[in-house]
Amino acid sequence: MRLISLHAYLSPIFVLLLCFISSSANSAIDTFEFDSTEQEQLFHDLSKKLRCPKCQNQNISDSNAQLAKDLRNKTYELVKQGKNEEQVVDYMVARFGNFVRYDPPMTPATIFLWLGPLLFILLGFYFLYGQIKKQNKPEQQLDLQEAKRLQKILGKKTAADEKLKQGSKK
Amino acid sequence: MANTRKIITLSVPLIIFFVVCFFLFKGLYSDPRKLDSALIGKSVPEFTLQDIYNPEKQYDASIFKGQKMLLNVWATWCPTCYAEHKFLNELAGQGIYIIGMNYKDNRPKAIKWLTDLKDPYQISLFDKNGMLGLDLGVYGAPETYLIDSKGIIQYRHVGALNEKNWRNTVLPLFNEME
Amino acid sequence: MLAEIGQFALAVACMLSLLQTVYPLYGIYARQQTAIESAKILTVLQFVFVLLSFLILSYLFLVNDFTVTYIATNSNSALPWYYRLSAVWGAHEGSLLLWVFLLSLWSTAVALMSKRLPIESIARVLAVLGLLSLGFYLFVLLTSNPFLRTLPYFPVDGRDLNPLLQDIGLVVHPPMLYMGYVGFSVAFAFAIAALLEGRLDSAWAKWSRPWTMAAWVFLTLGIALGSWWAYSELGWGGWWFWDPVENASFMPWIAGTALIHSLAVSEKRGVFKSWTVLLAISAFSLSLLGTFLVRSGVLVSVHAFASDPARGLFILGFLILVIGGSLLLYAVQAAKVKSRGRYRLLSRESLLLSNNIFLIAALIVVLLGTLLPLIHKEIGLGSISIGEPFFNRMFSVLIVPFALFLGVGPLVRWKRQNLSELIKPLGSSLVATIVLTLLFLILFASHFTWLALLGVFLGFWVLTTTCYELYLRATHRFTLFKGLSKLGNSHWAMSLGHAGFAVMVMGITMTQNYSIERDVKLAVGESIAFEHYDFHFDAIQALNGQNYTGSMGIFTVRKDQNLIATMQAEKRIYTVQRMPMTEAAIDAGFTRDLYIAMGEMLPDGAWAVRIYYKPFIRWIWFGPLMMSFAGILMMLDRRYRIKKVEKPLQENC
Repeated sequence: MRLISLHAYLSPIFVLLLCFISSSANSAIDTFEFDSTEQEQLFHDLSKKLRCPKCQNQNISDSNAQLAKDLRNKTYELVKQGKNEEQVVDYMVARFGNFVRYDPPMTPATIFLWLGPLLFILLGFYFLYGQIKKQNKPEQQLDLQEAKRLQKILGKKTAADEKLKQGSKK
Repeated sequence: MANTRKIITLSVPLIIFFVVCFFLFKGLYSDPRKLDSALIGKSVPEFTLQDIYNPEKQYDASIFKGQKMLLNVWATWCPTCYAEHKFLNELAGQGIYIIGMNYKDNRPKAIKWLTDLKDPYQISLFDKNGMLGLDLGVYGAPETYLIDSKGIIQYRHVGALNEKNWRNTVLPLFNEME
Repeated sequence: MLAEIGQFALAVACMLSLLQTVYPLYGIYARQQTAIESAKILTVLQFVFVLLSFLILSYLFLVNDFTVTYIATNSNSALPWYYRLSAVWGAHEGSLLLWVFLLSLWSTAVALMSKRLPIESIARVLAVLGLLSLGFYLFVLLTSNPFLRTLPYFPVDGRDLNPLLQDIGLVVHPPMLYMGYVGFSVAFAFAIAALLEGRLDSAWAKWSRPWTMAAWVFLTLGIALGSWWAYSELGWGGWWFWDPVENASFMPWIAGTALIHSLAVSEKRGVFKSWTVLLAISAFSLSLLGTFLVRSGVLVSVHAFASDPARGLFILGFLILVIGGSLLLYAVQAAKVKSRGRYRLLSRESLLLSNNIFLIAALIVVLLGTLLPLIHKEIGLGSISIGEPFFNRMFSVLIVPFALFLGVGPLVRWKRQNLSELIKPLGSSLVATIVLTLLFLILFASHFTWLALLGVFLGFWVLTTTCYELYLRATHRFTLFKGLSKLGNSHWAMSLGHAGFAVMVMGITMTQNYSIERDVKLAVGESIAFEHYDFHFDAIQALNGQNYTGSMGIFTVRKDQNLIATMQAEKRIYTVQRMPMTEAAIDAGFTRDLYIAMGEMLPDGAWAVRIYYKPFIRWIWFGPLMMSFAGILMMLDRRYRIKKVEKPLQENC
């Protein structure tokens, strides 16, 4: 009785946890055989670039979920048939959508993945250049007030340090 | 004046932050694991599958033409399917045409399930190796597809159908279809 | 009863944090000295209560009190005591308690160790920290209370700690990481206090520098530990997955790295102050954002905590309040800041800022890559995934100018530098770099790839320029060895930190380009030849651990008939959660790791086995270790830094 009521209370959490545990903790190892090392390499590359749609966030190579196994088998089959990387990815995208590929396609939104950082770099250097050009009027490094304040703190500190030193000498 | 301009420049991070927050807020109420089907607007893929009761009987994609219907993907190993089954029977009772696809399952078990729990399906396909499942992009049972009379997939519902989501989301879409 | 006391102590700490926020600020407003001075006492008191609460939870874990829900879900009586203790932060509720506890620890450290700061400034800083604590206390108490009871029905035994977390790496990793995240709150509080005061000056930069550095060291170690743990524990030989949660820790790290550099410039030269403040706000804001991402379930991640929209909503509200508020304050107050230093296009200032630009560009890559899938779906364009191929491509591009500039930076003088004086050091470094790169590749690379050439070149570029700079600096006035011994700690810190970065880059390059993976079928007695190594499957043994069972494969590895290692790869089944775990066998080496993970037993009695050859993978963690050590060196060098600041000051006055 006791245990049952606890389970009923906690079960949603366990289901969540177990879902991710069962698929992630245990790496999936298959023993496929290939015609050539290129094929084997292609298979390994592909299984790292394709995402298992059922799992939390894993490629089909790392996951032990049933669907990941199916997709690995299909990938193996397609690679064995001599399909190239693009063809296999297209095959998967046609069925599972763009979610299945870790390398996102160009869309009006994903273009910002590339544009965003680039724009920032250009803007950043534009600002830096502007700053340097603006510095023609003569100015002091630190203004007087600031300097005094810093001096005060440093003064206190060195005084304290000296006291300490003397103390240790004694 | 120069100061105002400076304030505006310095407000850029704040503005970006609020935009991000807007999306984060929206994200709280949508499940990132629910995926739209890649086949929406396309016909049901070609296939040849056996009937679940009768291995002699074979079906192909033509069964999806002629009237609008639901295609329900299920399996006996799927606990959520069990929860959903009763509601599917109700829908069948209301006269909704449902085709069932038994996905990666065991035939005797599936037949027992349908006999014990009542069979809501007009046609039951037996997809033992998950061939059609893969072509449909099934990533977890149960899934329910809305297919119009021309055999075009219009919507996919992931997870169990129940009174609430049927009334709020699926039925309006079903009524809209031809 | 004890659990209730723990909860009560937490509530008291919450009230104290409210006082810590309000009372000192009131004191500053009303010019009441006692109220201002109360900040320190309140902070320490708050710490005492949260410590009590934390100790009680730890004790309850130790004595297996399964009437507490959180303990029943995350512990088990068969669990070894040290894992029972680390289970305190094994899930959402307890890890949040750890978070507030560490926040309080940092606040107390600030209160006790800043005797030289004006009391008003300290009061402001502590008030800001108090506000942050208050938010987190409310979060724990209202949504994630670890002390809730399961009464009247309680289980005989607990559901056990997630077996993934039963590893020494994960005992230490979360506290380290949280020390980093939370530590940035100090830099944040200093920045906000300075903005409130309207006084952003070199003194502010000087004070916040050691605190920021300490937080950064913890974060660096925390991330490196996590990466090392993933590699050794998860059984697929990876060390970084670009998972949203990893990105959530990487973003504050990048911002923090930019911040420690920018702080140095602001302190020494009084420039970029408004930029530095923005970085200080960003570093902590990104830590908070990370907390939100991990605990709200908006993104699909392997590291997810059990999520709940109510928690998500609470953190989001808190984010808007804290980050929105501070960015607003920033927009208004930073406009008044004037930059006073002067520097030319070719100067250390502008090179440092350039590298800040590249760092933040990298940060934007990670931020966009993490959040865009969410936005993409919300604006109706469908679900997408952004993962390793994208990030790797972007980072291999961004790192090129970054590492090139990084090599040049230390050779360049403050204020201005003649290009002609740079030609000789840069030219000779370039020649040395090319020679070293080619030698290295000939010795260690099995075949040629452009990316490997590029990565190794960049690594050696940073190394040689760093050494050259040390040499120049040392022989400036003295002979080489005397000069080297005269160099200050912070100079060594800079060189060591940059060298650490170079080591990491080379490690990543070699691992990414020359790793070999084989999935094979092996029966006992069979062997497989692999990259000049011969792996022989000797035996399989049954395992019987305290809370798991399983089997262990024993392998001997030979190279040219010489025994290299005996390796034991385990496959465990944790009995309570019925969860299989791979314990990989790793033979670690300076230039390569050998790695064996057991798969399933196949129907014919053979085993699926995965073998990796991972060249230079240790360097990936050795680099961050060097960087952390550099950070510690820097912190030890306070006196040196003070003298450095004094000089330009005296010149001015």
